[in-house]
Amino acid sequence: MIRHLLTTEDMGREELEDLLQLADEFVAVLGRDIPKVPALRGATVSTVFFEPSTRTRLSFEKAAKALSADVMTFNPATSAATKGESLKDTVLTLRAMGADLLVVRHAAAGAPWQVAEWVDVPVVNGGDGAHQHPTQALLDALTLRQRFGKLDGLRIGIVGDIRHSRVARSDIFAFNSLGAAVTLVGPSTLMPGDLTGWPVTVVSDLDAALPELDVVYLLRIQLERGGATVFPSLPEYVRRFGINRERFARLHAEAVVMHPGPMNRGVEITPDVADDPRSLVLDQVRNGVAVRMAVLFRLLVDGEAAYG
Amino acid sequence: MPRVMAPDDVTRALRRIAHEIVERNRGTDGLVLVGIHTRGVPLAEAIASEIETFESIKVPVGELDIGLYRDDLGRRPGTRLSRTLMPVDLTDQTVVLVDDVLYTGRTVRAALDAMSDLGRPAAVELAVLIDRGHRQLPIRADYVGRNIPTSLDEQVKVRCQAVDGEQGVWIERTGS
Repeated sequence: MIRHLLTTEDMGREELEDLLQLADEFVAVLGRDIPKVPALRGATVSTVFFEPSTRTRLSFEKAAKALSADVMTFNPATSAATKGESLKDTVLTLRAMGADLLVVRHAAAGAPWQVAEWVDVPVVNGGDGAHQHPTQALLDALTLRQRFGKLDGLRIGIVGDIRHSRVARSDIFAFNSLGAAVTLVGPSTLMPGDLTGWPVTVVSDLDAALPELDVVYLLRIQLERGGATVFPSLPEYVRRFGINRERFARLHAEAVVMHPGPMNRGVEITPDVADDPRSLVLDQVRNGVAVRMAVLFRLLVDGEAAYG
Repeated sequence: MPRVMAPDDVTRALRRIAHEIVERNRGTDGLVLVGIHTRGVPLAEAIASEIETFESIKVPVGELDIGLYRDDLGRRPGTRLSRTLMPVDLTDQTVVLVDDVLYTGRTVRAALDAMSDLGRPAAVELAVLIDRGHRQLPIRADYVGRNIPTSLDEQVKVRCQAVDGEQGVWIERTGS
């Protein structure tokens, strides 16, 4: 059976921990003088990103290269997609060229599931609309596990534009499976309309919540997804939900701040907090390569053989 | 399942290997023992302990996982990786790779590749508890606990105290 990584919603604790443990080994590999292993020699990973992305695409490509896989980058801006080629024809073409795994990012929620039905190779969801971004959740969980040892009992506040955030959707389910308690913080206009079945509590007062949190996870205000139209003004948002030095001081001494990037400095987070040692932003980026190595390795290495 | 080495047999074989290693290398200077996961690691520890009893020096012991260097990766389900940990830089050291069973030679081939990514040893030697034959690559061991000729439908099982709670070697017929 071909396995895919599409969502964190159906991932159990065991599966998450398997990937995180595997990622630990890849963190060690990336720390070596020669940060490259031959595990996926001969395999081709194709990144198919229909939405702009720098870090996620580069992170997947770095992960593939560190495993000695070849990389085929599909760029819609310079491709036949501008001539009206369909998503289906695009992925079938990439598969016919020899792609052994597709990483798909698309503005339409569900697109990676559709791709998984068309091709006979593993598909990784690299972000679909406001729906899911599972490798982001894995790298966030890895970062927290490195910092706190485990996620059990951690109180994590996710702050900001929950409604438009695939990062939030992915993190909530992964954090919950790993034993953390998730609180959503933001104006009601930025909360999803229906939270039925979400393992979360919701509050609207950030200042009241801060002392009770171990982790403040700031979401990016996505101006490109209509973020600016659902709250009165950017200064108003910053006043109520931006993390500055004063709010940072309300956290307990071990608490940390995270952000999936790219940061809007001065909006979600002030520069001094972003550069504080208790801001884990760059650890998140670093860990992104390791968890993507773990995902590629798990999805591409399967089967059975004797060895001696 | 017939046992071919009792706990004492294993201890004596490792003791002899320890002496041979020190004899051939004229001491322990620049020597590093590197165990291949899983059972090469406790065997390397055991050899280091033996060396310590007569040389009064603890030779550094490293652990090597070769999971990322195998040539049959596409056919292995749920590969678990163990940690790779070197107590010293391997460059210019004499590395003695330690494994439980030498069979096709592919594990050792992978271990040599893995090591070359970690440093450039002055020399690499190979110590195994059991050499069961059937090599598929031009690889031989420098130190052998026991040569056990086997047929292809047999399996050699080495058990170590630290991993399995008992010590010894068994031969199992798989009947395939």
